[in-house]
Amino acid sequence: MTAVAGEHHGPPPIHYSSRVSPSVLGMFLFIASEIMLFGSFFTVYFFDRVVNHSFGGQWPPPGMHRPAFVAGVNTLILVTSSFTMHWADSSIKKGNRAGLQAGLVLTVLLGLAFLLTQVVEYHRIGFNTSDTSFAATFFGLTGLHGAHVFVGLSILTVMMVRAFRGHFSPEHHHGIEIGGIYWHFVDVMWIVVYVTVYLL
Amino acid sequence: MRNPIRSEADAFRFVLLTIGYFALIVIGSVINVWLGVVVFVVLSAGVLWWFVMRRGEAQAPVKQAPAASPPEEHRVLVVANETVGGSQLLETIRGRIADRNARVLVVCPALNSPLRHWASDEDGAREHAQERLDASLKTMQSAGIQASGEIGDGDPIQAIEDAVRTFRPDELVVSTHPLGKSHWLERGVVEKARERFALPVTHVVVDRP
Repeated sequence: MTAVAGEHHGPPPIHYSSRVSPSVLGMFLFIASEIMLFGSFFTVYFFDRVVNHSFGGQWPPPGMHRPAFVAGVNTLILVTSSFTMHWADSSIKKGNRAGLQAGLVLTVLLGLAFLLTQVVEYHRIGFNTSDTSFAATFFGLTGLHGAHVFVGLSILTVMMVRAFRGHFSPEHHHGIEIGGIYWHFVDVMWIVVYVTVYLL
Repeated sequence: MRNPIRSEADAFRFVLLTIGYFALIVIGSVINVWLGVVVFVVLSAGVLWWFVMRRGEAQAPVKQAPAASPPEEHRVLVVANETVGGSQLLETIRGRIADRNARVLVVCPALNSPLRHWASDEDGAREHAQERLDASLKTMQSAGIQASGEIGDGDPIQAIEDAVRTFRPDELVVSTHPLGKSHWLERGVVEKARERFALPVTHVVVDRP
């Protein structure tokens, strides 16, 4: 019998049990914490909406018009940016650098358009944070989301600069993958915010 | 729990599903508020049902061939809990390694109660697993079998999967108590291991360790 002592060193340095790479897993954990943050804001919003009877149950309070059409156009812009983001990711997986660059540029432009439209909307909306609890929760939720769009845009800009510098390849595109997941999360969150705050 | 979103493409599909989900709710609400509530409840129940069904599918067997070990070396992965020191198991391992240049890795899953598992209270389970592992390695050494060991996940299939990825065994030996006394047999651990891993699996029944 020639059983030789094994030199196996456990536990392994990187644990792949979940079949998700540690960096992607990190982004998911971050997004999970973000969902909790948004959840607390939604809780405040729904609590206010259900409990507050200051205006005879009218929601939103009289004189406070929600610009659903403009926000709807903004929703289309953001949803389109998810498509361009996906195009960028698919392109680099196929080795199409031009597609990656074009996809990222379009995504950044659409994200900027969304943010600028939101700034203009704030400017013209006709009420301010201190006017009613509705106004406070409205600005709180949409502002929190706007901050996330800004963070997403910053990530996208870094990705774009790296793409133009020749970074990323079909084998190494983790930066695109992770940034893309974050951008889609921002998009999903906006759909929830738009439907609950502007439409329902 | 397996995360259903693992890549940018999955996240993008999730965006599309979210759009469909909320679009139907809004359309329902525009027709009638209560219809919107009904659509919300039905869709949410549908999503929940899909998720539960999908979890069942996720446990379905997945053939998974490990990367081959070096040709000059035969690697045996042994997974056992309390039965790791049983004489039947020692005989089986001797038979498997025979005259070959072999490496044996013993994995002791850190068996835990569901409550402690959910509370992330694993210290006790890992300590007990370490004690069993130390005793097992000692028994194997005195029986002339050189082996190394490590503590594995509380779920034996997960523990095997982890070890398959890192140790890259040529075969697998699973030791359990006899039918009627073994939780692992009740849960079909051996069958699952046979279906899931593209490895020869030897099942050893050990009545007394």
